[in-house]
Amino acid sequence: MRVTHSGRTVEVQNGETVLDALLRSGENIPYSCKAGSCQSCRMRVVSGSVPEAAQVGLKETLRAQGYFLACSCRPDGDIEIESDIQVQSVVGVVRARDRVGEDVLRIRLEIDDELDYAAGQFVSLVRSDGLARAYSLASIPGDPSLELHVRRMPGGRMSGWIHESLGVGDAVSLRGPFGSCFYVPGRPDQRLILAGVGTGLAPLLGIARDALARGHEGPVDLFHGALVSGRLYGVDVLRNLERCHRPFRYHACALNESQGDPETLRVGAISDIVLSSVKETLATSRVFLCGDPGFVNDLRKRLFLAGASMQEIHADPFTPTGSTTDAN
Amino acid sequence: MSTLYETLGGEPAMQAAVELFYRKILTDERVSRFFEDVDMEGQMAKQKAFLTMVFGGPSEYSGKDMTEGHSHLLDQGLNDSHVDAVIENLGATLSELGVDAASSKSALSIAEGARDDVLGRRGS
Ligand SMILES: Cc1cc2nc3c(=O)[nH]c(=O)nc-3n(C[C@H](O)[C@H](O)[C@H](O)COP(=O)(O)OP(=O)(O)OC[C@H]3O[C@@H](n4cnc5c(N)ncnc54)[C@H](O)[C@@H]3O)c2cc1C
Ligand code: HEM
Ligand code: FES
Repeated sequence: MRVTHSGRTVEVQNGETVLDALLRSGENIPYSCKAGSCQSCRMRVVSGSVPEAAQVGLKETLRAQGYFLACSCRPDGDIEIESDIQVQSVVGVVRARDRVGEDVLRIRLEIDDELDYAAGQFVSLVRSDGLARAYSLASIPGDPSLELHVRRMPGGRMSGWIHESLGVGDAVSLRGPFGSCFYVPGRPDQRLILAGVGTGLAPLLGIARDALARGHEGPVDLFHGALVSGRLYGVDVLRNLERCHRPFRYHACALNESQGDPETLRVGAISDIVLSSVKETLATSRVFLCGDPGFVNDLRKRLFLAGASMQEIHADPFTPTGSTTDAN
Repeated sequence: MSTLYETLGGEPAMQAAVELFYRKILTDERVSRFFEDVDMEGQMAKQKAFLTMVFGGPSEYSGKDMTEGHSHLLDQGLNDSHVDAVIENLGATLSELGVDAASSKSALSIAEGARDDVLGRRGS
């Protein structure tokens, strides 16, 4: 058996793990427990396949992307692996730009090549001067174009440029896809809980449409939160989804609103609303959280403490790019 | 004799066990600050390595590894009282899992046996 890693091929002896073979050949691979529990040695298979035992304990979204633990992998055939995820590069041409909210643009991009992504993943949008920012995909793979939702940040370099200067017909470079916040089919009766604030709606919309398109039958509850109801967007699309798909429910949440029509608007902090609505079914639900990192990290912890399994919480915090690391 | 790790059902059982344990640790204000990590999944995987070790599962940690792995926590004030708290939470986890007294005792004593390494008292 042979394993190829970053261009080098190493012979794996009988019963030897991929980690030991790579270390023996002098490669510098991170590891700690060497027993399949700490996940320090996580790698990804790009060709060939790894035994099931090498993926035990990994979340299903990671397994779906070919991740495995090198210290638990005794391959039964030749494999090619990588430490870092391989990215594709495509060029996207803006086909539509629509203001869908107070400060949110919906951009539709037609790409020159296929992008092999899962709904809910994100791409890095790269401007010609090299400035790069992550934006989530709101589209699903069958759609004719990629859809992004971009909120204008005060003083934001990329979002300001997108809002002011990126026009229909313009081209941008995209790299990706990245991220592990997506739907994996297999348990169609499970309850799905999707919660996001701001443009956290973008990946959630993709995930919900993807799950429904794949025949998910259990309840799909999408919670979208904003400070005031006027800052919610995509309401028509979501209400329409609700009309077309029985299991889907849209919960609009606003923090500061004197009175909501209880039929269409829930007033309060979205995290509290989510927790109080789903508590009983939490232990068996699958959860997707997207948007502001403070919101995502806080709700992830609260849901976990309330009984959700960490294996079932998929989170995508929109961490702002550190202003020091990309100063140029 | 089979290990507690095997009796409980091996790796798959560790996932449920670590969730129980990590919920306790995160809500125990004596020690939670050491475990609050934005990378909750990564932190939980480390705690799974801890449980796998004290349950007698496959583990290759040496005493030196334990000292190195916790040295950054010593800088944050880690001391005996925190080890006591972690061992207490381990005990509560074991009883919630319905582990018999003899197996519990062995797991707790493995943890206890690592105390000096964790606190960096074994020298090098
Ligand atoms: C995985 C991921 C997915 C993302 N998906 C989306 C998406 O679908 N839609 C979307 O609009 N954005 C998304 N973002 C955020 C996006 O990548 C940019 O961070 C955002 O557009 C701001 O970039 P900028 O160049 O305009 O601002 P910068 O020039 O980088 O920042 C301008 C100023 O705003 C501050 N700032 C930036 N972001 C925030 C914030 N969130 N909260 C508070 N202050 C901030 C900065 O510190 C700085 O002072 C995502 C981020 C990640 C990591
Ligand atoms: C009682 C004996 C203990 C044992 C046997 C033990 C064992 C372990 C093991 C095996 C790991 C994984 C190491 C790795 O793979 O990197 C670990 C990590 C960790 N332990 Fe302990 N531990 C003990 C006590 C404690 C105590 C008392 C605390 C704090 C109150 C603590 C906090 C941590 C933290 C925060 C990590 C993760 C470190 C990181 O992020 O790299 N441990 N421990
Ligand atoms: S080294 Fe810990 S899981 Fe592989």
